[in-house]
Amino acid sequence: MTKEHQNYLKKIKREKIIVITFQILILVGFLILWEILSKYKIINPFIFSSPSKVIETIKNLYLNYNLIGHILTTLYETLIAFILGISLSFIIAIILYEFKILNKIVDPYLTMLNSLPKVALGPLIIIIAGANTKSIIVMALLINLIVGIMSIYNGFNNIDKDLIKLFKTFNASRLDTLFKLTIPASYKTIISSLKLNISMTLIGVIMGEFLVSKSGLGYLIIYGTQVFNLDMVMSGIVILIVISFILYKIITYIEKKLLK
Amino acid sequence: MNKLLSITNLSKNYYHKKEEISAIKDISFSLYEGEFVSIVGPSGCGKSTLLNILTNMDTKTTGNINLKDNLKFGYMLQSDSMLSWKKVLDNALLGLEIRKEKTKENIEYVKNLFTKYGLKEFMNKYPDELSGGMRQRVALIRTLALKPDILILDEPFSKLDYQSRLKVSDDVYKIIKEEGKTALMVTHDLAEAISISDRVIVLSDRPCIIKNIYQIKREKEGTPIENRKDKNFAYYYDLIWKDLMFHD
Ligand SMILES: Nc1ncnc2c1ncn2[C@@H]1O[C@H](COP(=O)(O)OP(=O)(O)OP(=O)(O)O)[C@@H](O)[C@H]1O
Ligand SMILES: [Mg+2]
Repeated sequence: MTKEHQNYLKKIKREKIIVITFQILILVGFLILWEILSKYKIINPFIFSSPSKVIETIKNLYLNYNLIGHILTTLYETLIAFILGISLSFIIAIILYEFKILNKIVDPYLTMLNSLPKVALGPLIIIIAGANTKSIIVMALLINLIVGIMSIYNGFNNIDKDLIKLFKTFNASRLDTLFKLTIPASYKTIISSLKLNISMTLIGVIMGEFLVSKSGLGYLIIYGTQVFNLDMVMSGIVILIVISFILYKIITYIEKKLLK
Repeated sequence: MNKLLSITNLSKNYYHKKEEISAIKDISFSLYEGEFVSIVGPSGCGKSTLLNILTNMDTKTTGNINLKDNLKFGYMLQSDSMLSWKKVLDNALLGLEIRKEKTKENIEYVKNLFTKYGLKEFMNKYPDELSGGMRQRVALIRTLALKPDILILDEPFSKLDYQSRLKVSDDVYKIIKEEGKTALMVTHDLAEAISISDRVIVLSDRPCIIKNIYQIKREKEGTPIENRKDKNFAYYYDLIWKDLMFHD
């Protein structure tokens, strides 16, 4: 290795250390500031809670309110909605791509559905599907499906036209073209759409839990609001942030493995 | 000589919302076994259309195409596009795979082509590890894998830089001759057409009709690069260039 190369590697390493150090500093600084501001009542501790109270509340939730159960409920719903969402997006995108005329027909409706705030449909979903897990999953699907369909469909549409022509020169059947070209060629797009999909799914699930209110982190947050226990609300939000971060990291990891 | 195909009074119209485009009009010519025929003509005049109709990828409007029984076409496109997730060998076997002809013999045949044309070490690499010229040769092997009687080439070298272009067209010419194939090639490059072919068909602007057909006579037959030095080369170049430049 040349001297320049070593210097270059060193520079990259130094940069990485700086980034991580500052990230940690910001987090710790934020927590300390939050604690102090709350302790000296510069911000209203009743509304904004404080890190120490959040930890205490989480402990309490864990011991007396079946916190693990709520987390598992949310995770379970997210997983189901996520898997369903991807499979359905994939199938629908294939159908729309293979039958272009169908795509033309439903296009305005998809656009309309996409721009509609899905929460507005909440009450309707509850009436149709009942105040249960089903409603929550339907809600999450409403949110992740359209994005999923659109990103996978775009992947299909961006396949190299020369490759499509190549398949034509071999007189390939539609099924052959679908399985030997269309799907493998958009593998990357499909995998990359997972990240967006998991965030959308979590949003949908929490929204669903807000509406249905039986269990889950969304329920904890809503319940906390109703009984005016804002420590509970804050704790719910903190746990949610951590969970969404972990889910995101897991998907990124899977993505990396699959794209290798 | 053995006639493989003859086209008579072939025409093709395309319909757009506002107009009807007559892409090719009244084209007639024949192709004989072992010939190398090039088609030159202005951009957008309908050369690809002609090839597409011949290979059944597009439909004719009027006219007749007579093919010898069981005539098989092999189409080599302008781009050497390959499936990036498949190894080079599997890419070359793609046509066979799709046509469900991936037999042991055929695989052996393709592997032999790789060996014969100096690509053996690259069989198990992925396409993006190959140079443009190598990819072009693999694309040719992919086409040859189907054992076609006639090779159809649509501007096969236009994506290469000038030097590799000379080299690859020499290689491709040798391969085609060695395998005893008949070839019909579209090109923009006059010098390439004259140096590689037995006959050059010159097409006019749209609607594209046949302006002239030249039987290329040489003092001595050689590879395309050698043929460029032939005494008659400049003569044909001048004739065809005038055909393309001056419209009547
Ligand atoms: N599928 C199609 N639908 C409508 N018009 C078409 C279609 N394909 C080709 N055309 C028209 O027919 C004409 C001839 O096209 P073609 O691709 O055969 O030309 P070309 O001679 O191969 O051109 P180039 O030298 O640029 O490759 C063009 O004007 C083109 O716009
Ligand atoms: Mg063309």
